[in-house]
Amino acid sequence: MTEALAQCMGVSRRFGDLTAVDGVDLRLGRGEVVGLLGANGAGKTTLIRMLLGLLATSSGQVLLFGEPPSRRTRQRIGYVPQTLGLYDDLTPAENLAFSAAVFGAQPGEGGRQVMASALPESLRPYRRTVVGSLPLGVQRSAAFAQALAHQPDLLILDEPTSGVDPLARARLWETVAIAATTGTGVLVTTHYMDEAGECDRLMVMADGRVVAEGTAGQIIGDARVSVVETGSWAAAFAALEAAGLPATLVGRTLRVPGADTAAVRRALGPVEASVTVAPATLEERFFELTLTSSRTRESG
Amino acid sequence: MTAPSPGPGSGPAATATQDWWGTEEASVRYGDKLALDRVTFRALPGQVSAVVGGDGAGRTTLLRCLAGAHAVSSGRVRLPVPLRIGYLSAGSGTYPDLSVDENLAFRASAYQMPAAAARGRSREFVERAGLAGARARLAGQLSGGMRQKLGVIAAMLHQPDLLVLDEPTTGVDPVSRADLWWLIARAAADGAAVVLATSYLDEAERAVEVLALDAGRVLGTGTPQEIIAAMPGTLRVSDARPGGEARRRAWRRGGRWRIWDPPATPPSRPTAHITDLRHQNRDETDVIMAQIREEIPWPPDEPRQVAPVGPAGGVVVPDLQDAVTVAILARELAVGQLPGQPEGGSR
Repeated sequence: MTEALAQCMGVSRRFGDLTAVDGVDLRLGRGEVVGLLGANGAGKTTLIRMLLGLLATSSGQVLLFGEPPSRRTRQRIGYVPQTLGLYDDLTPAENLAFSAAVFGAQPGEGGRQVMASALPESLRPYRRTVVGSLPLGVQRSAAFAQALAHQPDLLILDEPTSGVDPLARARLWETVAIAATTGTGVLVTTHYMDEAGECDRLMVMADGRVVAEGTAGQIIGDARVSVVETGSWAAAFAALEAAGLPATLVGRTLRVPGADTAAVRRALGPVEASVTVAPATLEERFFELTLTSSRTRESG
Repeated sequence: MTAPSPGPGSGPAATATQDWWGTEEASVRYGDKLALDRVTFRALPGQVSAVVGGDGAGRTTLLRCLAGAHAVSSGRVRLPVPLRIGYLSAGSGTYPDLSVDENLAFRASAYQMPAAAARGRSREFVERAGLAGARARLAGQLSGGMRQKLGVIAAMLHQPDLLVLDEPTTGVDPVSRADLWWLIARAAADGAAVVLATSYLDEAERAVEVLALDAGRVLGTGTPQEIIAAMPGTLRVSDARPGGEARRRAWRRGGRWRIWDPPATPPSRPTAHITDLRHQNRDETDVIMAQIREEIPWPPDEPRQVAPVGPAGGVVVPDLQDAVTVAILARELAVGQLPGQPEGGSR
């Protein structure tokens, strides 16, 4: 087995009565891209903070490159927070130089070299513009460049592509893929289910626990939804809601979790509709897993 | 021009078919910059429409016009009276120093809602959206997803005829997003014409009608299927990043590479649009862009050209995300290839 870049063994973190992270096992190898999916409050950010060494575990153990998190392990990590972590009133190059200095590059010629080589082609047109005036997609590229400038072994990305157009998102993922081919391990959270396809493996967290793990196909498994097609979707929507069957609207069709078409038909009552069964999407499966987890917790 | 609007409580049946809200040939100019360029967009009652596009596409400007918050420089808007519009602006829409209940009570009074209806709808939506435990909490202390849910509830509370939501789901986790979509569907079921801007293309595919904007102009409009069908050229998929010239037409998706092959010949019909542009002596970029745009309403009876299938991959059926990516890419290429445009892009 190759060296694990990051390892969590039965890691938990409690804040008073709240268990934010509950017995999580994780192993991230070289060149692996692992996607962490979860609703707000699922424990993703707490887990990341423990990996960064910003937060101690309540129980269990975190190992980075085979040792407990420390200032030394932090130097081998590149981190892009949701808020990007850039100085708005510095240019991308100045941000890079400052960050390089923090990570131990010498000021002066050496530092300038770092920033010149690390500033990607796509950012050169913006090198004299302060970050605060750049479009969001460019800001995100700058944050990526900064996180990668010291050639980290482990890259941690917290919602790296939020709010960015699809081409800019594809370019950011290209950067991630290139880093992974050179052996960097990547742990990434995202709310775009479409991006799950960029990851080698997914971990779904709910209520602090890992509730599913594998590829998108493995996680979806044989989950199904009932698809309601009708000329009067508004009436069908109201009827399903009244029967406690939450429906989602897609165009003018409705999708209800589960394959119990008989229950759906009963709920629809006099509303004329065709009800068929279709495979669930990753988002629908994710939703089901999250709901099941919270119900189990409430009853347990 | 303002059309008469049905009062609150009239169902979708009362408003459907005759009415639409939206813009006709609307342009908005900020100084030298044209933020919206002759945009025609119709939102129908009882239906969800999505506005998509990248940074600077003009989404927020269009939505501000639809909310009646911004006047158009030319063209027309057709809107309900202000009290019959609901609007959630990007990134705010709630009062941080008021609690959830206070935010909604304040909105209800601003919209002159009868007290009982306001209480009933507030309670129902707050409970359904999972905010019941947070009613006394200040909006400024809510999580991003909860705050957005409160913002949407506040905008739809008075059962508006036109509900305009600027990126209600950006950065929101999937569970809160599902709650938001329930609210959006409910507003449409109540008869509102719902217009939402989103950067999630899978989400836009849930809308009945999509408007794709780029640099202030309409790239495509129609059902998601129509926009996909109108994508010029073809799409291949490959496991490896292509080399050479094709590299610039490739992007990463789902761990593989998509490669866009533009149509072999540019559209042959000269159009008024292109002629106009030349007449005004705009630069060549605009002409090429006009051509690309002209390719989008491709006549449906014209067969889609079949791209050569490379050894590394085959033709894929695009989805909305692919179609919008191609539109953005086509503009980048048109701009980047000047001067010395190779055959196929310019005439």
